[in-house]
Amino acid sequence: MSLIKYESFVREPLVDRDKNYNQVTEDIVYTIEAKPTRLWYIGFYISVALLLFGVYSLYRDVAYGIGQWNLGKTLGWGWDITNFVWWVGIGHAGTLISAILLLFRQGWRTGVNRAAEAMTIFAVICAGQFPIWHMGRVWMAMFVMPYPNTRGPLWPNFNSPLLWDVFAISTYFTVSLLFWYSGLLPDLATVRDRAKTKFRKLMYGIASFGWSGSTKHWQRHESLSLVLAGLSTPLVLSVHTIVSFDFATSVVPGWHTTIFPPYFVAGAVFSGFAMVQTLMIITRRVMNLQDYITLGHIEAMNKVIVLTGSIVGCAYLTELFIAWYGANTYEYDIFFKYRIAGAYGWSYWLMMTCNVISPQLFWFKKLRRNIGFTFFMSIVVNVGMWFERFVIIVSSLYRDYLPSSWSLYYRPTIFEVGFYLGTFGLFFTCYFLFSKYFPVIAIAEIKSILKTSGESYKEKMADLENMSVEEFYAKTHDHH
Amino acid sequence: MDIRKFVVGSFDDEAVLFPAVKKVRKAGYKIHDVYTPFPVHGLDGALGLRDTSLHTAGFIYGLTGLTTALGFISWILTRDWIQNYGGKPHFSLPAWIPIMFELTVLFSAVGMVLTFCYLCQMAPFVKKHIFHPRATDDLFVMVIECTSKTNVKETEDFLAAAGAKEINVQIAEAGWWLGRYDQDSKLFDNKSETVTA
Repeated sequence: MSLIKYESFVREPLVDRDKNYNQVTEDIVYTIEAKPTRLWYIGFYISVALLLFGVYSLYRDVAYGIGQWNLGKTLGWGWDITNFVWWVGIGHAGTLISAILLLFRQGWRTGVNRAAEAMTIFAVICAGQFPIWHMGRVWMAMFVMPYPNTRGPLWPNFNSPLLWDVFAISTYFTVSLLFWYSGLLPDLATVRDRAKTKFRKLMYGIASFGWSGSTKHWQRHESLSLVLAGLSTPLVLSVHTIVSFDFATSVVPGWHTTIFPPYFVAGAVFSGFAMVQTLMIITRRVMNLQDYITLGHIEAMNKVIVLTGSIVGCAYLTELFIAWYGANTYEYDIFFKYRIAGAYGWSYWLMMTCNVISPQLFWFKKLRRNIGFTFFMSIVVNVGMWFERFVIIVSSLYRDYLPSSWSLYYRPTIFEVGFYLGTFGLFFTCYFLFSKYFPVIAIAEIKSILKTSGESYKEKMADLENMSVEEFYAKTHDHH
Repeated sequence: MDIRKFVVGSFDDEAVLFPAVKKVRKAGYKIHDVYTPFPVHGLDGALGLRDTSLHTAGFIYGLTGLTTALGFISWILTRDWIQNYGGKPHFSLPAWIPIMFELTVLFSAVGMVLTFCYLCQMAPFVKKHIFHPRATDDLFVMVIECTSKTNVKETEDFLAAAGAKEINVQIAEAGWWLGRYDQDSKLFDNKSETVTA
């Protein structure tokens, strides 16, 4: 059996420079074993400061009530649910990269999957905060769980999309966490076995669950990863579908559209990949991982961004068309009077520019492979996707059926903004800790593709590439 | 305690490891295990391991989740506490599909991971003997178990001929125990008589 899988020579290597297995370990584990840099401390402290401000904002929310926010009639949802949907969307790229790309056998996922999965988990933690604290009386949050109680027992309404959301988000969080951690076990064992300090041996010894690298364990591990990927694929699609049901099953004009599930899922992948780009471009630079997260990786992700951005664009135009074609007065008014025009028209056009028009620049290969431009675009896309949710929520709510209940212009309070900034703090605090204490790249997975997709091995492929079919056949069959 | 004697050969290339595994098995040696830094495809087959049934377990857990969700929700909404939600039928299956799906995935994933940990005997504070610290880095470590008939010297020579870079003999616990990796837990001091070979 030939170990070297024949792969096209013209494909870019997934790992640059001549590396062996040990070097892969050294390169990736380096940041765990070295002292954190000054830059790391600065970033970490800024994140913690933001987190603390978020905690204070939540303290105000709990102590004084939801009145600390500028929600009211008829805007029952505002920044909070916008942020919730935005963070859940960001939490989609990780599972998409690790699960769907695994099923599609995309080799390039190995460079970015670990960090993207971690990002998913942190983003879902951030997302979960918004509906929970929006409850106001947050100490009753457990009422959403179906547990036997002395109130009847009074069960939650299983027909409600809001309860579906509880199940979807918590399942998504649990499964993502299991998928991420089971993939981490072998790499944590790698750190454990080369640890020099007692403390590191102890901690990574506990964290790696006694992983040994036994062939049978690898076989089960492979099976586990594959099935978890198979489960996560419909799961990731279901989560944002269900989030979109929060809107789509209502009778609010601008919300009850059947296009929402696919449109939300595409948007989630779009914004998730943008966030992965933001983080990866910084991570590869700061942690010196350019050989593993190559320009090829960045370009591949930009291709996903331009694809999903175009799907989102189609959805926006379809919505507008149907609002006109459907001949429903309320639907028409929401879209043509209060969405693309009206007090919040600016946010609609900001969304259109960021999500539909500017990502089209990624059709140019030069721009797809330009790191500075990609970084800039990743921010633009995330701003655009935040405004998408803002537009959907606010522009549908601020003009009710009754003009007497129309809202004043909605501006968030400092504590509404503070809560949002606080989740940024939470997200980046987690990410900084992760990048310091965990292998940010899946070491074992990189090693398993090294011989088929590493640069030095690719070069050897050139001989095979230039062989005639007869020579190739003779060479590959002579030892049998 | 399950203390045995092993001959350990470390290879630095999986392309050498494969023919070595074949040769060692053909010669009749008992391979305890091969420890690799990443999943080497086809190695389980070469070692004669049967395919894992973990995915079947996952399927069963999934079905359990599905029936749990369906049974629980239909019991609550049609028996235990009947409520009128907008005049809709009490048994409204389409509205339950999202939660039924989520619980299928949840049960399957959690069950599979727990089963995986159980089968591989993995948990926090579980400790196992490390035959070579570089088995999780860049070496492929073949561990041959010594039986009463094994000639250690001959085995070592055989491994060297098969391409092993480092060869040594170790007396070690074959299973797992509770311990910390920063401490050498002395499991079998002065108990050399328990060694079976």
